[in-house]
This record gives sequence, structure tokens and C-alpha cells, in this order.
Amino acid sequence: MADITGSVPEARSLDIPSMLKEAGITALLVLALTIVMVGFRTIDVPGGISVNYRFEAVAVSVGIAFVGRLILILMRRGRSLPAMLVLGPLVLLQLLALLVPDTFGILQPYPDPVLNWLIVIVSVMLLARATWANWHTSQEFTREQLEKRQDESAAKAQKILGYLGPVLLIGALALPFFFSGDRQMIDIAILVTTYIMLGWGLNIVVGLAGLLDLGYVAFYAVGAYSYALLATHFGLSFWVCLPFAGAMAALAGVLLGFPVLRLRGDYLAIVTLGFGEMIRIILLNWYQFTGGPDGISGIPKPSFFGIPMERPEEGVLSFHSLLGIEYEPVHKLIFLYYLILALALLTNLFTVRIRKLPIGRAWEALREDEIACRSLGVNPRNTKLTAFGIGAMFAGFAGSFFATRQGFISPESFTFIESAVILAIVVLGGFGSQIGVVVAAIVMIGLPEIFRDLQEYRMLAFGGAMVLIMLWRPQGLLAHREPTIRLHPKGGAPEPGEVGTDAPDAGGTPETTAERP
Amino acid sequence: MQNTFEYFLDQLINGVTLGSIYGLIAIGYTLVYGIIGMINFAHGEIFMIGAFVSIITFLTLGIMGITWVPLALVIVLVMSMAVTSVYGWTLERVAYRPLRGSPRLAALITAIGMSIFLQNYVQLLQGARTKPIQPVITGGMELMSSKMPDGGTYVVSLSYLQAIILILTIVLMTVFTIIITRTPLGRAQRACEQDRKMAALLGVNVDRTISLTFVMGAALASVAGTIFLIRYGVIDFFVGFLVGVKAFTAAVLGGIGSLPGAMLGGLLIGIIEAFWSGYFTVEYKDVAAFGILVLVLIFRPTGLLGKPDIEKV
Repeated sequence: MADITGSVPEARSLDIPSMLKEAGITALLVLALTIVMVGFRTIDVPGGISVNYRFEAVAVSVGIAFVGRLILILMRRGRSLPAMLVLGPLVLLQLLALLVPDTFGILQPYPDPVLNWLIVIVSVMLLARATWANWHTSQEFTREQLEKRQDESAAKAQKILGYLGPVLLIGALALPFFFSGDRQMIDIAILVTTYIMLGWGLNIVVGLAGLLDLGYVAFYAVGAYSYALLATHFGLSFWVCLPFAGAMAALAGVLLGFPVLRLRGDYLAIVTLGFGEMIRIILLNWYQFTGGPDGISGIPKPSFFGIPMERPEEGVLSFHSLLGIEYEPVHKLIFLYYLILALALLTNLFTVRIRKLPIGRAWEALREDEIACRSLGVNPRNTKLTAFGIGAMFAGFAGSFFATRQGFISPESFTFIESAVILAIVVLGGFGSQIGVVVAAIVMIGLPEIFRDLQEYRMLAFGGAMVLIMLWRPQGLLAHREPTIRLHPKGGAPEPGEVGTDAPDAGGTPETTAERP
Repeated sequence: MQNTFEYFLDQLINGVTLGSIYGLIAIGYTLVYGIIGMINFAHGEIFMIGAFVSIITFLTLGIMGITWVPLALVIVLVMSMAVTSVYGWTLERVAYRPLRGSPRLAALITAIGMSIFLQNYVQLLQGARTKPIQPVITGGMELMSSKMPDGGTYVVSLSYLQAIILILTIVLMTVFTIIITRTPLGRAQRACEQDRKMAALLGVNVDRTISLTFVMGAALASVAGTIFLIRYGVIDFFVGFLVGVKAFTAAVLGGIGSLPGAMLGGLLIGIIEAFWSGYFTVEYKDVAAFGILVLVLIFRPTGLLGKPDIEKV
């Protein structure tokens, strides 16, 4: 809301009692939140459960809430100097306590070092902000101005990342040569690429067509089970099954989508969630067909277009004898990596191209305004259905890759959390932004894999990041909704003075500007 | 084979008890949806937190030596409602209020993020293992008994626990219906539901009303949590997800935005689930609940008691 009084932050008086009151209320709130859930911990004892106490953690949380709120109030009222004076020594002491253990016990408030580091990081960020504010006159923006600025910086970032795209691609292609001995690194790369592919696939549904699908993992599961069942029962090869798995998933998408796609956004989200759970429950309980909770094991690995990637034997043509190279087990992994990379790039290429076709344009138009689309003769149901089916198809491809990589699948791998993770990648990257998906997948999947110690905090941080990013930027991090097509390049109707210079007949033929993926 | 009518009655009692839990949670969904038009996806987690506060309070009371069941139950209910309400209030204040006026999907994604966050928050704090609790209320009364064909007797009984659940639910629903229909707060809520901007112009404190709506929803969900705990005896950090989705189904089935609809929907979902488990297969009871959600949304998107909603430009 606009500040109609026009007061600048410096002019606000420092009302200490009201500040203390506000901070005190925050502290009380934190006390109420933590006293039971943090203060008591249920523990297993022989013959049942009991509780033990950790009130010191509650006290610390309340204290941090009080001081933190006070500092925030100071900063919000334009008093960054006192905020700096409070924060500076605190940060120094905290760093000292972390670097020289066994001293300043009170400054390492939590038993878990991760939380202590988090406090330090947040304090340092606040200190930086306060310092910056101290030397720059702060401006207050209205929400629209702020969003416009964010959008501009996102556009810039996207442009830079767009140039980075080829670099990333070359890096991805060359990755196995750098880490050829490091199985773990290639494993992580395969995992990240799988999620990038899933993100790109879901991006068609969520980003382009604007349909919030909370059950995307169901199609992933359909693809995985299609390949696993065909391969284990009929001995069909991966390359035969791949299109079939995609087709099965697309069929599932169309069948599930057909009755529900006319629902409004959030209803659709819940129904797709329901479908996702239904497919998981069916996989779990249809024992004769899917193996139930035991899953399917012994799923064969893919061949190199019919030539096996196995240890060479006499008289059998194998990949290695064909190329005349030494057999190494890691080659199989590298082959899998290139396979998923190719599949992911196929997804990307498809998306980039289809955005320029009428159907892609119709998706984006439908996302922006369904009623306007309907009045212009776009059939919303069929258009949505194609997006749903195509998105599902790519999930099916990714699913059959998942099955062949793991060699074992069970319904455990296809829970709602998986859908939420894929959705988070799309959302955090920015709806509709292809490069954003890559960045988000590397951050959300790659980083936790590398920092294994923080594993238990992974999903917590995940949920928190989803909330914070939505609060900060409801369109997604790198979202920058430039229309793929516009009547006048360079945005908006041309000014009368501009007409002669770059657009001689501006009112005439519509020109298109291609948008970066 | 069981005696048909008695078995039916047994399943009905089970269904109504289960339905009370769904109904109490569904009210939270329906109130919030009615007033700000968003699906509070984290409401199931609020229910889960209510159950955890209840189990911790029960255990602490046991350690303190307060074992007289009525007193313990009252303390647990009050404690659980108080703490969970604070969670509901904070949820709205921190995660939803800044997004008011943003696209619907942004709010929904925030709610999903909040749901994941709260689940893992509880998992980190309380551990991932399931938490069992001893039966708090035992015994029951015999409603009817009949001779089975094979000579045994089939007894239909209403346990005291189930009776207490039913009474508690009826009392709470009556109180909340009175709050919504008779008090200034309820009037403000209904005004906000109809037209938030107009209500604000006429002097209704919209922010406060929405906050109180979340508090009310959370309080009812916490009671559902307590009931769930003492009825089923085990909880874990993940319990809120499925129960929450089914309660939302109940709210949609009854007609989202409608308070009697939420109660009716909750009862129906509970009864359907109980009968499905009783007569068909227990494994597919969740499929049945989701199937109903899909069918309702396809054929009657406004639910049983909902008002039709026209989309305007």
C-alpha cells in the first residue's frame, strides 16, 4: 500500500516502550509456539513412550526472537546505526564461538551446529543489510514498483543465464570426462538431470499451460512400471519400451485429465493430488500385477541401440569391442548419464519449439486469461488436454529411465513428496522458465546430495524455501513473463516520435520477437 | 457371515466417529475457503500438531500424576486448542497475509510449502517413529446383541470413547454454529465472505476477522487431533497429510464455504470409508475417498449444500 503521509523513514521517532512491547509480543508468540513442541520431546522407552525436556532450547528461541525482532524494528524505522552496533559485536562473538569451540558456550545456543551456523548467517545478512542501508538513502517502493524492479532484474538474470545455457550444455556434455573415475559425482549428475527433465516436463503443464498438477509423479510411476513390466515379463528392450512407456503415461494423462480439466486451478490441484495418491495405492495393493510393496526388481539395463554394454565375451558383439576400448564398469554409468541428458535435452528442445507453434501459443494464452481465450475460439479443454498429455509423456520417458537406472522400483519412490519436489523446482525456477528449472534443480537436488550432513534438514529447508520465495516473488525466482509474441516489438504501443525511426508502419503487420527459452 | 443389520450398525457407528474427525477438520477448510478463497493445504498439519500437543500433554500429565480421566481430558483439550490456535494464527500471519491479492496458485504453493515445512519441523523435533499411547478411555455399553447362525452372539456396542467423541463433536459444532450465526464475530465473518472490500469500508476489521477464522479452524482441528489420538492410539508426523486431504474432500463434498455442508460431508466421507472397509477391501478405502472427490467435482462442483459460483471477467 502506498504511504500516503509521505513520511521518510528517518523522520519516525524512536519510541522505545512500543518497540519493547512489539518485541515482547513476538517473544511471547515464539514461547507459545515452542513451549510444547520444542520444550518436550517424546522418546521411546521400553514398553511405550515418555517425554523428556529441553527448555533451554525454548529459552534460546525466545531470546533470539526478542533480539531479532528488536533489530528488525530498528532497521524498519530507518535506525540502521543502532542495529549495526547491536549486530556487529553479536556476529563477531558468534563467529568466535563457532571457530574456537568450547568457549562462549552461551553463544552456541543450540546443540546442533547447523542451527548455530544458520543464526550466524542470518545475522551476517542482517548486518550487511543494515550497513548498506546506513550509507544509502533508502527508498520505499510500492508493491508495483518493487515487482517491476524484480521483474527487470529477473529479465536481466535470465538473459545472462541464456548466454550461460550453451556453456552449461558444454559443461554437461563434458562432465563425465572430468569425473570419469568418480562414480558418486556421475550418480549425482544423473539424479539432477532426471529432475531437470521432470521439471521441464512439468513446466509444460504448470509453466506454459498454467495447470497446477500435484500428481505429476503418477505419470512418472506409469512410465516406470510400463517399462519394468514389459522388460521383466516379455524381455523387451529399453528402446522398444521407451516410446511405449511414454505413450502409456500420455494415455493416463489424457484419461485422468479428460474429466477434471475444466475445474478451476486449485480444485484441479487437489484432484490431481488425489489421482497421484490413487495410482500409488493401486500400485501398492495390486499384488499380482505390480508386486505390491515388494516392487519389481531385476529390471534390465539399456543397451547401446541393441549392442549390449556388458563385459565383452568371445564371439558376442559388444559396445566396447565395437569401439575398441577397454571395458570399464563406469562406462555403463556414463552411458546412462548421456541417455538421460539426451532425453532431457529432447524435452527442452520440444518445449522451446512448441512454444512457437499455435498450440504452444494457445497454452500461454490460456494461462493468462481463459475466458478471453474461449471467446476467441480456443477450445480450452482440448488445449489443456494436450498440455497434460504431453507433460505426462515426458514424465513417462523419465520414469522408464528411472526404472532402468535403479533396476528396482516400488511404490515408495512415487509419493506425493516427489510431486511436491518437482513442482518446487518448477515454481522456484520461475513458471515457464527453462533455465530456471536447471538452476533450481541443481540447487534443490544437487546441493543436498553434496552436503549429505544436512540431509535431515533438507525437506525442512525445501518447504521453507517454497514459502519464502513465494512471499518474496510470487511469480517464481527467474520468472519474467515476457509474451512470446507481441504486436509491437520493444513493448507497448510506439510513441508518436518513434514511428519514423524503427517501425515505419507500426500499425500494420504484427512482428514477432522470439523469446529466449 | 455376520448378521447383516448388526454389522451394518457397527460400521455406522465407526463411520460416524471417523466422520466427526473429518467434519471438525473440514470446518477449518471451509471457513478459510469461504473467507479468502484459498485452500489452506497446511490445515492437515495443524491437525497433526494438535495431535502431538495432545500426546505430549497426556504423557506429561501422566508423569505429574494427574490420571483422573475427565480432568486429564479437559486439560489436554484446552492445552491442545490453545497451542494449536497459536500455530494457526502464526501460519496465517507469516505465510498467507503477505500474499493476499496475489494469484491463487501462489497462495496454494505457499500452503504446500508450509505443509512440508511443518511436517519436517515436527519430524525433527519429535522424531520420525510412530507414537503409540495407551487407551485412555475404556469400556462401553451394549446396544444390542443377537444370535449368530453358528451359535455365537454378535454384540453391537457403543464404547464410552465413541460416545464422548460424538457428544464432543455435537457440542463443538453447536457452539461454532452459534458463533457464526449469532455473534458480532460471525457477522463480520459472513460479511467478509460476501464482499471483503465492502466489509472493510463498513468498518469490519478484515485482517482481524481472517486471523480469528484461522484460529477457530485450528482450534477445531486440534480437537480432531485429540480425538484421533485417543481413538486410534498412534500418530506420526505424516498423519496430517491423508486425513487433511480427506477432510478437504469432505468440505468439497458438502459444498465448500458452507458450515453445515462441512459437517455433512465429513460424516458422509467417514461413513463411506467405514462401509468400504467393512464390506469391500480395507486397502482401497483411500481410493474410494478420492474417487468420491473426483466424482463430486465433476458432477456437482458446488457440493451438496454449496451455492453455485459464477466466474466473472
